[in-house]
Amino acid sequence: MIEIMLRISLALFASAIVISLYRIIRGPSIPDRVIALDMIGVNLISAIAAISILLNTKAYLEVILILGILAFISTIALSKYIERGVIIEHKRDR
Amino acid sequence: MISLQLAIMIPFLAALFIPFLYKKIPRIHIGWIVLIVPTVLFITLTQFIPSIAEGKTYLHSLRWISSYGIHFTTYVDGLSIIFGLLITGIGSLVILYSIYYLSEKESLHHFYIYLLLFMGAMLGVVFSDNLMVLYVFWELTSISSFLLIAFWYHRKKSRYGAQKALLITFGGGIAMLTSFMMIYFMTGTLSVREIISSIDTSHTLFVPALLLLLIGAFTKSAQYPFHIWLPDAMEAPTPVSAYLHSATMVKAGIYLVARFTPVFGSHEVWFWLVTSIGLITLFWGSFNAVRQIDLKALLAYSTISQLGLIMSLFGIGSIAHQFGAAENAVMYTQASFAALFHLVNHSTFKGALFMVVGIVDHGVGTRDIRRLGGLMSFMPVSFTIALIGSFSMAGLPPFNGFLSKEMFFEALVNVSQSNVFSIQAFGILFPVIAWIASVFTFVYCMMIVFKTFFGPYHPEKLEHPAHEAKIGMLIPPIILAVLIIGIFIFPNILGDFLLRPGLASLYPSFNLDGMLKPISIWHGFNPALWMTIGVVVVGIIIFRVQSRRKSLYIPPGKWTFDQLYNSTLEQIELRGSKITSRYMTGSLRDYLVYIFLFLGISVGGIFLFSNAFSFDLSSNAPVSLHELLIALTMMAAGIAIIFAKSRITTILLNGAIGYSIALLFVLFRAPDLALTQLVVETVTTALFLLCFYFLPKKEKEDAPQRTKRVNVLVSILVGVIFVAVALSVQSGRLFESISTYFNDAYELSGANNIVNAILGDFRAFDTMLEVIVLFIGGIGVFTLIKLRARKGEDNIENQ
Repeated sequence: MIEIMLRISLALFASAIVISLYRIIRGPSIPDRVIALDMIGVNLISAIAAISILLNTKAYLEVILILGILAFISTIALSKYIERGVIIEHKRDR
Repeated sequence: MISLQLAIMIPFLAALFIPFLYKKIPRIHIGWIVLIVPTVLFITLTQFIPSIAEGKTYLHSLRWISSYGIHFTTYVDGLSIIFGLLITGIGSLVILYSIYYLSEKESLHHFYIYLLLFMGAMLGVVFSDNLMVLYVFWELTSISSFLLIAFWYHRKKSRYGAQKALLITFGGGIAMLTSFMMIYFMTGTLSVREIISSIDTSHTLFVPALLLLLIGAFTKSAQYPFHIWLPDAMEAPTPVSAYLHSATMVKAGIYLVARFTPVFGSHEVWFWLVTSIGLITLFWGSFNAVRQIDLKALLAYSTISQLGLIMSLFGIGSIAHQFGAAENAVMYTQASFAALFHLVNHSTFKGALFMVVGIVDHGVGTRDIRRLGGLMSFMPVSFTIALIGSFSMAGLPPFNGFLSKEMFFEALVNVSQSNVFSIQAFGILFPVIAWIASVFTFVYCMMIVFKTFFGPYHPEKLEHPAHEAKIGMLIPPIILAVLIIGIFIFPNILGDFLLRPGLASLYPSFNLDGMLKPISIWHGFNPALWMTIGVVVVGIIIFRVQSRRKSLYIPPGKWTFDQLYNSTLEQIELRGSKITSRYMTGSLRDYLVYIFLFLGISVGGIFLFSNAFSFDLSSNAPVSLHELLIALTMMAAGIAIIFAKSRITTILLNGAIGYSIALLFVLFRAPDLALTQLVVETVTTALFLLCFYFLPKKEKEDAPQRTKRVNVLVSILVGVIFVAVALSVQSGRLFESISTYFNDAYELSGANNIVNAILGDFRAFDTMLEVIVLFIGGIGVFTLIKLRARKGEDNIENQ
């Protein structure tokens, strides 16, 4: 029973990824696309969690943690890029 | 007696010491020290003569590259001793002459090093029994000749002549090397003596080997149509011209033909090629010699012509191999005898003539026969030598050229009536061509004497007032002139001691006793004598007519082989640069197209032709729905990247693909890979974004439609081929994987994580190198950013 549910949820997560991919491709503005990428990251976290239950392993918990951090960092980086045009600002004295 | 290997090496060793001596003893002309070398060698070689004349031969072998059958083997027999004596004898005379010819201001040490290199190489050519060693020395003669021709390298013409000689003789040398390899393939030996007995005339490689060998011989000895390098080689100092381009190097080809006559001589192609090319060369050289206005160019063409004469005689002599040791072979062996005789004679008179021309050039500062004349009373000794040399070349008594010319005519008249190789059809042409060529020979010989030494004297046209040369400069040509007359008076001494054993090496299986007529000065009123008388009469008429009208001074036409050579070089350069600039466009996109096309075609072609494409999907695992969805996502993202309008879309789509790959890693149970992939993907995306700051707005590419179509086709081709290859490889598993071994990672290395155990324990070497790769990458980035040229400074790379 739980396996069927997990598989269904995986399929749903995958569809969510597909949908957000559509937003990345078509998204009229760049923020749309960034949000879509963030959404892919969140969906990936959930999907990996479901997979690790399905595979009955704890090996992927680190992946989930890392992905959480990375999704955050990349969203921040992209946002900063959109706002300022650069990610790492130069020091004044250079 | 010293071993011949040492004798060959002595000139090389001497060449090694010349620079030291040149610096140490500045007072003495270095040539005097060099002179010792050929003189000693000459005396050593003369000691071989009596035993060689009795039919003995000397074989001495020294190991060199035994595993390939290459030994430094020397073989002394009649043929090689003739050449050895010519090389050392004329070599001594030329060095003596050069001592007076070249002033102390020239870079003499260079000159004598090159000359000694040449001498050693030439001795190596004639004494080597091993084909590969022969080839090595053969190329050494080409190189040293190249150096000697361009001795005055500041002159453009010298460099041109040297390049031309090198290109042509090297081309021939490579043909010869190919022929040697074929011979080795046929017989399994590199020794000339063993080849003679073991060659198989019906082998398929026999004729190609024969042709290639002849190309080598013809290029070296300036036979038609490869003769064009010799007149341009006259830019060399006159001693070099006298030594290399009349007496020795150009005879290396003759030596090769003579040496290989027992191997190839029994074949029809050999006879026809050697004889007809020889006769054509004889005619063409003499015809062109008449048109020359430079004395050295005239002598160059006359050398070409005389070499053709010798070559054609060897060609006729090869017929004797058809008959074996029968009575009717006598007239053919007699032809070879005449060839050897004329070979020696030509070296004497041509050497003398070159030296006289050098004296004239040295004395009055020009070699142009339009400016020369009336030098007889100023240069009586040179005049006498020139007279003797020219009349000998023209074939007049009482000089040695008369004897060999008579024997030449006799051989041609005899062969025209021969009945082998279907000679009857063209046979009559042989004596006719030879006769016409002899008339021209007579005319240019008269030109040398009469235009230079007779007629009005024009002091205003000369650079220096005419005067006789120093006695030292005259000694070598005087010795040669004495030889010319001496050989005429006592031809049979030369014949018995040198030419007869020389002939024995041309016909190793023959018993030559009683098959050779002695050389006689007077041999009755036969066709040969009438032909000589005719030559003299017609020659005098033509000479008188021609000197009045100068009608034969036709400027060289447009369709010459020189023109062909020049335009070939030009065209090669032009076409080469055109082709190169056509495909080396400098555009990375084009090169990528080449690489991908090659990859796709070669890999795909190999798979297609060996029927390696096989798609067996039976052992595949089932595909679940979420896997399919992720694959579809990646496909959609991949296709969308191609059509993306802005850079940021491209990067985000790339990131989406990377994350999807990480998810695939998760699905396929690879947590470590998934972790790394996620981090790397994020960093890469961030790096892409970093670069954005420096990049211009992405512009719409306006590549031509054709390029776009090619790109699409190439990418589809590569994609399809690699998918097909991957499927085929995956479906045909040949053996079990070795991963079961790694399953015991805990027992083997105490690790729970197999992947990490492999990376850090089983295959740690790769990991170390990859760490180094990252390290190098980091340093590279750092240097690229930090070490930039500041304003106004030069670029660091250009310093």
